[in-house]
Amino acid sequence: MESEARTTAESGSGAAARLEQSSRPSASTFGTGHSIVGSDSAAVGEMLADLRRSETDLRRFLHGLPGVDQVGAEARAASLVTRSIKTSAKLWALEMAVSMVDLTTLEGADTPGKVLSLCAKARRPDPADASVPPVAAVCIYPDLVPIAKRALVGTSVKVASVATAFPSGRASLAVKLADVRDAVTGGADEVDMVIDRGAFLSGRYGLVLEEVQAVKEACGRAHLKVILETGELVTYDNVRRASYLAMVGGADFIKTSTGKVSPAATLPVALVMLEAVRDFAELTGALVGVKVAGGIRNAKDAIRYLVIVNETVGEAWLDPSLFRFGASSLLNDLLRQRSKQLSGAYAGSEDFSIE
Amino acid sequence: MTKSYPTHKPEAEPGTVPPLQGDVAEEISRPDASGQSRGSDDPAGGLVATRRGEQASFTYAPAPESRSIVHLQSSYGLFIDGAFVEPADGNAYKTENPATEEVLAEVAAAGLADVDRAVEVAGRAQREVWGPMSGAERAKYLFRVARIIQERSRELAVLESLDNGKPIRESRDVDVPLAAAHFFYYAGWADKLEYAGFGPHPAPIGVAGQVIPWNFPLMMAAWKLAPALAAGNTCVLKPASTTPLTALLLAEIIQQADLPPGVVNVVTGAGSVAGAALVAHPGIDKVAFTGSTEVGKDLQRAIAGTGKHLTLELGGKAANIVFEDAPLDQAVEGIVNGIFFNQGEVCCAGSRLLVQESIADTVVERLKRRLATLRVGDPLDKNTDLGAINNAAQLEKIRELAAAGEAEGAVRWSPSCTLPSKGYWFAPTVFTNVSQAHRIAQEEIFGPVLSVLTFRTPQEAVAKANNTVYGLSAGVWTEKGSRILWMAGQLRAGVVWANSFNRFDPTSPFGGYRESGFGREGGRQGLGAYLDV
Repeated sequence: MESEARTTAESGSGAAARLEQSSRPSASTFGTGHSIVGSDSAAVGEMLADLRRSETDLRRFLHGLPGVDQVGAEARAASLVTRSIKTSAKLWALEMAVSMVDLTTLEGADTPGKVLSLCAKARRPDPADASVPPVAAVCIYPDLVPIAKRALVGTSVKVASVATAFPSGRASLAVKLADVRDAVTGGADEVDMVIDRGAFLSGRYGLVLEEVQAVKEACGRAHLKVILETGELVTYDNVRRASYLAMVGGADFIKTSTGKVSPAATLPVALVMLEAVRDFAELTGALVGVKVAGGIRNAKDAIRYLVIVNETVGEAWLDPSLFRFGASSLLNDLLRQRSKQLSGAYAGSEDFSIE
Repeated sequence: MTKSYPTHKPEAEPGTVPPLQGDVAEEISRPDASGQSRGSDDPAGGLVATRRGEQASFTYAPAPESRSIVHLQSSYGLFIDGAFVEPADGNAYKTENPATEEVLAEVAAAGLADVDRAVEVAGRAQREVWGPMSGAERAKYLFRVARIIQERSRELAVLESLDNGKPIRESRDVDVPLAAAHFFYYAGWADKLEYAGFGPHPAPIGVAGQVIPWNFPLMMAAWKLAPALAAGNTCVLKPASTTPLTALLLAEIIQQADLPPGVVNVVTGAGSVAGAALVAHPGIDKVAFTGSTEVGKDLQRAIAGTGKHLTLELGGKAANIVFEDAPLDQAVEGIVNGIFFNQGEVCCAGSRLLVQESIADTVVERLKRRLATLRVGDPLDKNTDLGAINNAAQLEKIRELAAAGEAEGAVRWSPSCTLPSKGYWFAPTVFTNVSQAHRIAQEEIFGPVLSVLTFRTPQEAVAKANNTVYGLSAGVWTEKGSRILWMAGQLRAGVVWANSFNRFDPTSPFGGYRESGFGREGGRQGLGAYLDV
């Protein structure tokens, strides 16, 4: 990245540059290594406003994004998987991963008791070791938000609530917004919404964008995570477009999956989404987080995601404010591997509490 | 407008993108990772403040592959007639680890008498044992070799990285698996030669003299031996003088697989002595050479008029062509893989990047950002991306050509690298402002040096790509299928990769034309090179 010294808004070599290439002469002086497309921040703002205003512009923008070659993206993810994270680096990664967990329970059978137990675990994941950091958040259904909120007063642990007719999203906008308001009123710090995959897949991008914007507004101060449900989007091109769509709509985080659809998070999907947030940051200056959710059960997988974060977007995203794991059983494996790193021996599976 | 976006990190300056982490603090630090951005990254994060292990950021700890799996002998003999023997005149030389300049072992330097003997036993084995043997029986031996290569893969990978300097990630994931794959593939052909499309009674040529380079020592040995043996030939293999050890381990594997004595012989030593004697030997019926164009030309002169069959796989100056509609992130990976795989010591390396002018700046910027994450260093570390240059002479050649690039006015760039003080190292290097007439655009550098040129139209891309004496490989990056097919037809290169680069498979013929040589290795065509058809 050549552009550290400058503000990104000035360097914009991503989508905006490509978008504008057809319409304006390039002042390119190739070979100097410097970016040349001189879109200032006002121009970027204007472009984003255009995208929000005009579905034609939005469609042109999304379809103008560079494609994702499936074979190449999967090969890159597979090569990063071979990174060998040992000793001090492993301990660092395990503790970082703990602090990035959104400890999740999203079952019809959830009870207040289960949520309280989850909150206790979230505040202090390992009762035997106070040096283990708390997790980032608990993630629950809206009706349980007040219970969690009370249990987590005075801690750094956030309350995240799914909303917008999670997981299918099959409800009217009014119902979805009511769902969001319910969660926010109950005290949710973060809202995990689902996009309308039907609308996205049928090309009604404007509809998806409007929903994201409306939910963002209904969130107020709460942070918005937009679930793309990549298992239903199928292609990486769709994943990249949906990522941009969510970011243009005001997402604070883009999230892979509900956990209710298979496949859920995969390494190549995470790679494509991280590339999208990287390019969006370069384009607009806004740092959007990524949450991978579903199917991440062991520490080894979590570390692989951290490697992809590290080598795709860099250390700024190695922070719970910009990267999260939506998981439940992952936490115990992280704790188990951590205690192995420190003591040299594996603890039994019963040594850590179930949520 | 950016203010309408909640920036989660209160520490980050608004509108500023933090730098990618140069995650190899010891070896590479980002050239332009200025303090102000880095300082803004509170490692404890905004939400939790706690101890994270003992380090402040995600710096990968050393993860060296153990070398104890390799049992290096203090000296190695020649492998002739199924046994390791001392050379007739007792000459030896030392082979070293290019990453440390540490001497690994003493290796026999074959003389004329040794080559004589190797060719003689190979001829006898061909006439009396291997040639008359049924294809199905030959296949059993080859399958056995393939399986032992797999079983001893870690040992082979570590030894390859020690002797060659290439990262263990590559020797483990590319060289050794491909070597086994070639034996498996050609083992399958051994009893089906009459169906290979070379007539009803394809016959072996006889004794093959095979001279291989130092860039893929084991893999090249497999590419040469497997088809030759499947077709019923016997072999005398001359490994490169700087990388004899895995060929000798392969000889041990061949012994272990119980191949009849004399079917495979390995003579180590200097190209000018052992290599020259081998190809000139009257008992040799087929010469196969992979190496430099210069030596290839000498070799062709030397055997002219002898009636020997010949295949040559020589140098290259491949164009990696990126169109504006390319999948950009994957294209950048392909550029990196094209030129920095095996330190660029690859005959088919994508050493010329031809990028469409409209996206040239974007691509170069992204490429540089990506290169800042390349990890240069200990070849045995599992996280190393770029290892050592194989030998001092090669390093000198790379330095000389890179200096010529600067002198001719191209702009040189490398991520900031601290290279080890011992050993042969060259930082990954990108030249921009390169013109077609520059030496770095014309001559094969055979090192981690990329020359970037631009083009405006597909016709110009083809003209520039073909404007070279070589014709080994090319890459085309575009989402347009019809253009890929058109380009593939226009490019004068033996291999054209579409939206990928440096992908190899035993079923796919590989080879070049013009000064990149002739003949094909791999696939059915590779088999034909060892049949009298």
